[in-house]
Amino acid sequence: MTRTVTDVICPFCGTLCDDLEVVVSDDEKDLLEVYNACAIGAEKFLHSQAKDRITRPRMRQEDGSWKEISYDEAIEYTARMLTDAKKPLMYGWSSTNCEAQAVGSEIGEIVGAIMDNTATVCHGTSLIAVQDIGIPSCTLGEVKNRADRILFWGCNPAHAHPRHMSRYSIFPRGFFTGKGHTGRKVIVVDPRPTDTASLADVHLQVEQGRDYELLDALRVAFKGEKLPDFVAGIPKEKIYEAAETLKSGRFAIIFFGMGVTQSLGKNHNIDEAIAVTRDLNEYTKAAIMPMRGHYNVTGSGQVWGWLFGFPYAVDLSRGFARYNPGETTANDLLRRDEVDAVFVLGSDPGAHFPFSSVKKIYDRPSVAIDPHETPTTEVCKVHVPVAFVGVEVGGCAYRMDNVPIETRKVVEPPEGMMTDEEFLGRVLARVKEIKGV
Amino acid sequence: MAEYLIKNGFVFDPVLGIRGDQADIAIKDGKIVETNAITNPKVIDAAGKTVMAGGVDIHAHVAGPKVNVGRNFRPEDKLFGYKPRNGIERMQGGFSVPTTIRTGYNYARMGYTTVMEAAMPPLYARHTHEEMRDTPILDQGAYPVFGNNWFVLEYLKNHEIENTAAYIAWLLQATKGYAVKVVNPGGTEAWAWGLNCENVHDPVPYFDITPAQIVTGLIEANEYLGLPHSMHVHANNLGNPGNYTTTLDTFKLSEGIKPKSKFGRDQVMHHTHVQFHSYGGDSWANVDSRAREIMDYVNSHDNITIDMGQVTLDETTTMTADGPFEHHLTELNHLKWANADVELETGSGVVPYVYSPNIKVCAIQWAIGLELALLAKDSSRIFLTTDHPNAGPFIRYPRVMKWLMSEEAREQQFDAFKHKDKVIEATNLAGIGRELDLYEIAQMTRAGPAKSLGLAHMYGGLAPGLEADVAVYDFNPNEPYAPDDIEKAFSNAEHLFKTGVQVVRDHEIASNGNKRTLWVNAKVNENPQVMRDVKEKFLRYYTVTLNNYEVTGHYLPNPYVIEVDATQ
Amino acid sequence: MAIRVNLITGRTIQQGVSMEAGKEKPAYTAACGIIELDPADFKKLGAFRNTNVRVTSGYGNVVVKAVEATQGPHPGVAYIPMGPWANMVVNPNTYSTGMPTFKGTPVEVEVAKTEPVLGSLELVRKGCRGELA
Repeated sequence: MTRTVTDVICPFCGTLCDDLEVVVSDDEKDLLEVYNACAIGAEKFLHSQAKDRITRPRMRQEDGSWKEISYDEAIEYTARMLTDAKKPLMYGWSSTNCEAQAVGSEIGEIVGAIMDNTATVCHGTSLIAVQDIGIPSCTLGEVKNRADRILFWGCNPAHAHPRHMSRYSIFPRGFFTGKGHTGRKVIVVDPRPTDTASLADVHLQVEQGRDYELLDALRVAFKGEKLPDFVAGIPKEKIYEAAETLKSGRFAIIFFGMGVTQSLGKNHNIDEAIAVTRDLNEYTKAAIMPMRGHYNVTGSGQVWGWLFGFPYAVDLSRGFARYNPGETTANDLLRRDEVDAVFVLGSDPGAHFPFSSVKKIYDRPSVAIDPHETPTTEVCKVHVPVAFVGVEVGGCAYRMDNVPIETRKVVEPPEGMMTDEEFLGRVLARVKEIKGV
Repeated sequence: MAEYLIKNGFVFDPVLGIRGDQADIAIKDGKIVETNAITNPKVIDAAGKTVMAGGVDIHAHVAGPKVNVGRNFRPEDKLFGYKPRNGIERMQGGFSVPTTIRTGYNYARMGYTTVMEAAMPPLYARHTHEEMRDTPILDQGAYPVFGNNWFVLEYLKNHEIENTAAYIAWLLQATKGYAVKVVNPGGTEAWAWGLNCENVHDPVPYFDITPAQIVTGLIEANEYLGLPHSMHVHANNLGNPGNYTTTLDTFKLSEGIKPKSKFGRDQVMHHTHVQFHSYGGDSWANVDSRAREIMDYVNSHDNITIDMGQVTLDETTTMTADGPFEHHLTELNHLKWANADVELETGSGVVPYVYSPNIKVCAIQWAIGLELALLAKDSSRIFLTTDHPNAGPFIRYPRVMKWLMSEEAREQQFDAFKHKDKVIEATNLAGIGRELDLYEIAQMTRAGPAKSLGLAHMYGGLAPGLEADVAVYDFNPNEPYAPDDIEKAFSNAEHLFKTGVQVVRDHEIASNGNKRTLWVNAKVNENPQVMRDVKEKFLRYYTVTLNNYEVTGHYLPNPYVIEVDATQ
Repeated sequence: MAIRVNLITGRTIQQGVSMEAGKEKPAYTAACGIIELDPADFKKLGAFRNTNVRVTSGYGNVVVKAVEATQGPHPGVAYIPMGPWANMVVNPNTYSTGMPTFKGTPVEVEVAKTEPVLGSLELVRKGCRGELA
């Protein structure tokens, strides 16, 4: 016999789809089938069942081999590492729930850690831009129900947020958008003719790294002022046309991604994209939204927001919270040798940081908390496997539009396996003992 | 639990009618008891000090999505005054939008024990509850917003009160909310198209309903349910010159409606931050105070309560579900602007603002707020707020008390204005000599808001049976004092008890308390139509499923449920 | 014969799926240990599709398999899916923004037919131990 769990939340990307159906065995130990998910989400659920999964903590030996250790030993190592360090980096916090993030924050407070999340290599520059200029935004349902102008800038949801277009942006029929995609005009700005661009009415193949100029040109075009013949490789006629398309809509939305946050210009690109949105509000209604990657990177920014007042790159090492991206951000700290221990949870910097930073993790006392075996676990001294959040344990997660949704537990984790929150709770207790607080 | 006896303080308590007489207050098992009901109490010597019930804040933006936008997009708000972790106190930062930890501690330092979050977008209810959970000490509740909700607009277009009431009951349960909040009725829905409703008869685009119909209908539905608090409104046209007529038009919508609630309140409408709604003139050049017209109405209609929304002349962060207003504001001051429209429900905006004493309009706003309180005939129907953080941060309440209690303090402030003469000309304040006493302050900050919230059976006074929320201030009202002594004493309670636990001892935080989250569970008759409508809207228009909408248990680790039976 | 191209990185759905299936597995290498080149650049390089190449920047080098652009044409622009291979060569400088410059790194691509594309764990391990060429 099997049982179907409905309304399951997908713990992969910031789209945070909440309509999955998962078939589990009667004893709730095996996950058999996944419906409604994209290919990546389905794989995430199914891989949790991999037979070769690591289920116990392990420590790297002198000779490079792994030795299995108990959770107690892993907790002791972690607590000692964090309390012995002068300035530990506690990084990740995006593929876990808000409950674990809150416990981790208290550990960081006590040991004087630098807390950074994956925004640092994703939408951190967007967060800086928001601090410069603000952000007129909305929930994804507003897009579904009202938007008739959709602009994807430097993002490729066909690959990175596969169900975004059908659930929210291009195809759905909403309250004021009964015609679905035929009532919408879609513009894609990308240096490649991506699979998303193939679904668009207009593709502007911007020269890589020249987004700022093109955004600025749009603002010029809104005002009907003169443009040179080409900007960022785009003929001016196409820019005027795109500007007119956006202005003539009833509700315009700009989604943007790594194409603008990681290219030169960085936060200034986002400043300009938000300024475009502000300008559009002089003519019609317009909103802008970052396409957040990890399913709960947004949540870690929220938790740190209410606990510390900053969304990422929070330096607690002086006993109070400081924030200075470029100084208190993970890659800058690693490259400048400013941290002396590294704790990673809910992220894989080993795969997703430039190698010069990865090498620095390898050179230091380090712990990786991750259900998977990853390049990060490969370079850390201790690897602690944990239950999959959203599969084997529930908890709160924030969607890319900041909407909080409670993820569900659908199957039991392997016998004896701890959750992020349980492990962190034990580390917190031990850290308090060691520090005498 | 420990017993306490607070001896010989000068007690100010409108519930018991004590106006500064010396009296003893006894605490046992979390409640106030008769002094002969305790056997072996710890004694607090309050001789020469002021004793009041714990403060009750009826309207502040302290938890939830827009508050956190304010924190995260204003690193500059934390430049000064970050406090390191110390003993049981966790680290605390932020001035106008403090972290949740600082929010709890700073209210406690002022002797406050109950704080209501003034606007909770239903779709973001979990976020609001997560922040309240992480706010120590305080009892809190949150008001979900209804004034631009599609269900409400559709039901009230046809004046379907019963269906509106059933929907309200369902949403309060789903979001674990406390009261019916209305912000710029219809105007925020219009803002989803970049428009607004500036007057109570402006039609809402598409929905074919007016703000007046929304407000009246929600009052009726609120009384149909008999909820503890009344409908709580922020009217249309906030912050615009000449808006006092819209405010009076909104007040008038309550006429002829009587409260139908067993929670002891007398009002059917609470109008919040009235300072922002009391402007005359037709431009920023000739804006003037209409506090007199507003208070003439309030004084002669006892089914209304209001709060001040006092401008404190600080740099602060404005935030409201009034989306079009924040856009208007960013066009005025050109500072950064965040906006978040919420599907089917509401919207919001956040913009920093500097209330400068060198700007005439800011000084006029300051005067108007004080006029409202000083022109009130009954101080138990107007409450001290700053609409935190909109008109100023809540930590300035003691400064507002100083201005209310001392004409000298007001004169000092007038003298500090760059455009003093113009401000005096545009306002009434300079001609008002009234100085409130501590009994009236206790009405405005304790007994009044507690009663308006329908919580007079728990908070706001020192009568036996009430929650043991008691503040002791190092302030002797019978000795001569300078105006600044008031601010100093009430910023820094000497002792504070919250539900019988001593959370402040000798001016220091002594405990993280026993925080509770209040919500209202209203039982109504089964209403298949409303449940069908709910299912339909979630299926077709929401981007979360119905089964993922309700806020469940663990977001409220210590809930306090107020049951209401409207099944008749 | 080496060519110069402008390297960008990012997500592909194959990268996402194989990552969730396990970064230690060959499928992850197949999805991410590649460089997508425009046909015009293949022509300049003078190499067949599916040839191993060495990609070198001012920050490092890595051996990946050259494949034809799946979302092209984009002459002059090359694409390595996000992951350890791309991160061997991207510009790690944040220029005081916290964000490494993952997109827009000038690289040189040369044929390296006989050199193997390492798996992700081996790549970072060897890199950390200084065992890479």
